[in-house]
Amino acid sequence: MDVFIQQLINGLSLGSIYALIALGYTMVYGIIRLINFAHGDVYMVGAYVGFWATTQGWGFLPALVLSMVVSAILGVVIERLAYRRLRNSPKIAVLITAIGVSFLLENGGVLALGAKIRTFPNVFPEVQYHFFNGAVVITNRQLVIMVVTTLLMLLLQYVVHKTKTGKAMRAVSHDTQAAMLMGINVDNTISATFAIGSALAAAAGVLVGIYYNAINPYMGIMPGLKAFVAAVVGGIGVIPGAFVGGISLGVIEALVSGYGQSLYRDAVAFALLIIILIVKPSGLFGSNVREKV
Amino acid sequence: MLSVKDLHVYYGAIHALKGISLDVEQGEIVTLIGANGAGKTTTLHTLSGLLKPKQGQILFQGQDIAGMAAQKIVSLGMSQVPEGRRIFANMSVLENLELGAFLRNDKEGIKEDMEKVFQRFPRLKERIQQMAGTLSGGEQQMLAMGRALMSRPKLLLLDEPSMGLAPLLVQEIFNIIKDINKAGTTILLVEQNAHMALSIAHKAYVLETGKIVLSGNAKELAESEEVKKAYLGG
Repeated sequence: MDVFIQQLINGLSLGSIYALIALGYTMVYGIIRLINFAHGDVYMVGAYVGFWATTQGWGFLPALVLSMVVSAILGVVIERLAYRRLRNSPKIAVLITAIGVSFLLENGGVLALGAKIRTFPNVFPEVQYHFFNGAVVITNRQLVIMVVTTLLMLLLQYVVHKTKTGKAMRAVSHDTQAAMLMGINVDNTISATFAIGSALAAAAGVLVGIYYNAINPYMGIMPGLKAFVAAVVGGIGVIPGAFVGGISLGVIEALVSGYGQSLYRDAVAFALLIIILIVKPSGLFGSNVREKV
Repeated sequence: MLSVKDLHVYYGAIHALKGISLDVEQGEIVTLIGANGAGKTTTLHTLSGLLKPKQGQILFQGQDIAGMAAQKIVSLGMSQVPEGRRIFANMSVLENLELGAFLRNDKEGIKEDMEKVFQRFPRLKERIQQMAGTLSGGEQQMLAMGRALMSRPKLLLLDEPSMGLAPLLVQEIFNIIKDINKAGTTILLVEQNAHMALSIAHKAYVLETGKIVLSGNAKELAESEEVKKAYLGG
């Protein structure tokens, strides 16, 4: 039982990271039907910006905000330069371009920053809270991850449901042409989506930096794929789905590791993807959408 | 108000509109009738800026809007109720109407117009918080019209408002279109139901495979042998 609770807590913090990244996947998919494979690398860039800021002596919050802003701009620039001109091209062209952008960021990162692993400054000296006579441990870093993720989720819900930009995003996602007839500027709305998704990924990057302390230019690949799995499991294009998918995936991985099978952790994550694709391809929260004619 | 001159539109290599010219005067109901695939929807899409013409002029209140961005055209006062209604099904009735007023910032005016929409379509008010996708076909058509009116258009484009509706509802929708026109909005109506369209329009154009083949006073066209034979089933 102790192991279970402990792994549940570990899983919730890992799952928060997946959820934050998965949101960007799902929002971008929702609006332009593209799996943005460069998204995991935006998360990496976010981690590096956070690394730079904290080594300059910035505190956690300013570093987090800076990282989110820089990555938001990066996301907008990627869309503007690489994807926009392909908007009316076959989907496979944009998908391959996304993979290209991903390679560019990873190897550009190696070129500019070096391939070596960087150690994040100790922003939060670790404090452990013990429960059940020390059988269950929660660290302050885990708490920070969960609190920051929860706040960002609430903020996102507010933006998507209450603001004009959010309504425009939902309208464009549902029916782009009808949205244009309302006078919605589709280009700006897509840019906003990339900005928000990238900022959330950057937040995940900074949180991982302070949690695991180590970052490198290839750090985005695996979490990027895992977050993609999380988005598909939850139902790609559905925002609550990405959240639930991310958290579930994190918990499942932690439980698999906790019960002595950590070698199978990744295999279980991808097996989950395969099972979902066979059993319910639209994901847990997705509805079966008719293909538009 | 609207003057289209020699409009050519292509879908890739397909020449969909082959030099269309038409005029809509302030205060009129003008209808564009024709069979499936004649180019009616293409014409409206081009007017609204969803398609870019290869050649030709679209003068709206004296300004050439051919090829202009869709949101600019809405801001100039032209709004469209698209074919198949295209409401935002997973948003509430209220949110749909708010999106219709997307470009406006005058809170008071928006509130006023929302009241007007609810007066015209009381059933929408009853369902204000309901998801738009759960409305009946007729209610969805009303929502699509209300949504378009929320931008306070000078010219309203209606694409097949009778599509898929029961005859009684079709009559109701057409009465509402007449009312909207009487309240001062100019209307360009695209319809397959030529009989209904000609009964409320002042002027009509008949479109056939991308060309205007007939035009004139709606009453006279309804009496003409060619139109009767081809579009009115007699």
